[in-house]
Amino acid sequence: MSTATAHDAPATARTGLVTRNGRHRLSAGAVLTDGGVLAARQLRKTLRRPTYIIFSFVQPVIFVLLFRYIFGGAIDTGATSYVNFLMPGIIVQTAIFGALVTGLGLTEDLSSGVVDRLRSLPIARSAVLIGRTAADLVVNVFTLLVMTVVGLLVGFRPTQPAWQLGAAFLLVLAFSYVFSWISAWIGLSVRNPETAQSAGFIWVFPLTFASSAFVPTSTMPGPVRAFAEHNPVTLVVNAVRGLTIGAPPPGRPTVQALIWLAGLLLIFVPLAVRAFRRA
Amino acid sequence: MHTYTDHEDHAVEVEDLVVTYGKVTALTGLSLRIASGTVIGVLGPNGAGKTTLVRVLATLLRPDRGTARVLGHDVVRDPLPVRLAIGLAGQFAAVDQELTGRENLEMVGRLYRLPRAEARRRAGEVLDRFDLTEAADRRVGTYSGGMKRRLDLAASLTGRPPVLLLDEPTTGLDPRSRQELWTIVDELRASGSTVLLTTQYLEEADRLAQRIVVIDDGAVIADGTAAELKAGVGTDILRVRLNEPAVLTTAATILEDLAADGTAVAPDPVTGELAIRVSRPDASAEALRRLDGSGLRVATIQLTQPSLDDVFLSLTGHTTSVPAKESR
Repeated sequence: MSTATAHDAPATARTGLVTRNGRHRLSAGAVLTDGGVLAARQLRKTLRRPTYIIFSFVQPVIFVLLFRYIFGGAIDTGATSYVNFLMPGIIVQTAIFGALVTGLGLTEDLSSGVVDRLRSLPIARSAVLIGRTAADLVVNVFTLLVMTVVGLLVGFRPTQPAWQLGAAFLLVLAFSYVFSWISAWIGLSVRNPETAQSAGFIWVFPLTFASSAFVPTSTMPGPVRAFAEHNPVTLVVNAVRGLTIGAPPPGRPTVQALIWLAGLLLIFVPLAVRAFRRA
Repeated sequence: MHTYTDHEDHAVEVEDLVVTYGKVTALTGLSLRIASGTVIGVLGPNGAGKTTLVRVLATLLRPDRGTARVLGHDVVRDPLPVRLAIGLAGQFAAVDQELTGRENLEMVGRLYRLPRAEARRRAGEVLDRFDLTEAADRRVGTYSGGMKRRLDLAASLTGRPPVLLLDEPTTGLDPRSRQELWTIVDELRASGSTVLLTTQYLEEADRLAQRIVVIDDGAVIADGTAAELKAGVGTDILRVRLNEPAVLTTAATILEDLAADGTAVAPDPVTGELAIRVSRPDASAEALRRLDGSGLRVATIQLTQPSLDDVFLSLTGHTTSVPAKESR
């Protein structure tokens, strides 16, 4: 029929392709290698947009200043000082905003035709998303470090042992990573950068504001409060509060948050990969 | 129609492909085979289904019906070896603006699963071949449109895939870049690659491809060498120019019965020329004899083969320049 074997024989040895049921698949190692190549590509691209980096740091800092010095005085957080209450919330909000970038970036790649090129290459479709989310995770590490420093400058004073602070940091990163996948799915489903931008704000604002991030949920009316208290943002914020300033107790929200994150990851990774396949 | 023998070695086999976008049927049962090591030109107007065909072969689009195989691998059932075998260059430059030309190519090489050093070496080679070495370490954002398209094509060659899918590779290129691209396609042909290129330019298909497949409304309407397609029109064209254009109408009457069945002899007042479709082999001599006998003085008389535009017209009843649906 054709010369398939002539081209296959030398190729297969170094291609990471394995055969199963007569079809070719990529080994897990090959998927990760490709993911690494694509993550490096993404980081390089990000680093070459210095203005973009500056703005992505400036925006959360402005939020910190607004809430700390403008709304803060009017919000009663009981025994906890507002700045201590606020910083875990705003750090989590920053993480979710950072995750929005994933979906936006993918829509840009879609419209430039780069996604078509990537999808025509002998790589796993998931490798593109693995690379992209990994690169955004690296950027978020730096964003969170900046936010932590800004928090300390405006009076945030964690009281808990270092290992708990480390755990809080990792939890926020895990949260941003999971939300990167959600954002990837949305971006790949709406496809258009402008739509992705507004769609992002539609789900992110209610999720972050109808939570314990900026105000105690006890002040909210019944239904909103019910939503807010089961919102994964609230659970992550409460866990981070517990792990950094000791209140509320971190155990229960941490476990609940981890369950949420695992569940969201299980749902949105396949959804995003499927959307990428169809995009 | 081109006929195939069973032992012929086909790099691409497409059978009865149907693709619909909502209510629009982009491919309506397209079948096609491409012998290994040949350059085939897929010719058709906007909206004929050229890009859709390329997208199916590149595993970017699942057909609703039919099969497509590249080097024997089904594009739907087993896409990975297909992707390993193909290089795709689309109508747009699918390269990263923030990266340098070299970085773009090295990345693509790595994603063809080449070791790092090998990817680097090939990127260098391809940059050289496409005359991009000087610009190699500049960001693509600073490149001209023609350079970006060259880089895009270079990217599709970095993994040295045996089958190349070039979707309207010269659309939007300046004449010089187009000439360069033609040279590259010639080299690819010489090196034994199989190339499918789509084009709206008849001249280009004639120049580059050993075989031309004409598609219209999502199906193949003609298939053969340029000479075969021209022969299929069945008529040559006799062009007569007189010293006094004023008597062109008289000449038209005298030559009327030389015209092939059902074709008119209309003088063209702009060119001062009569264009007559003729099927008689002695048409030229006969016309000259008659005009001479009537005392009309002939400036030039010329028997020409039909252009591919004529071919398209005779196949579809419309020329290629008919504004059609957006190509997809």
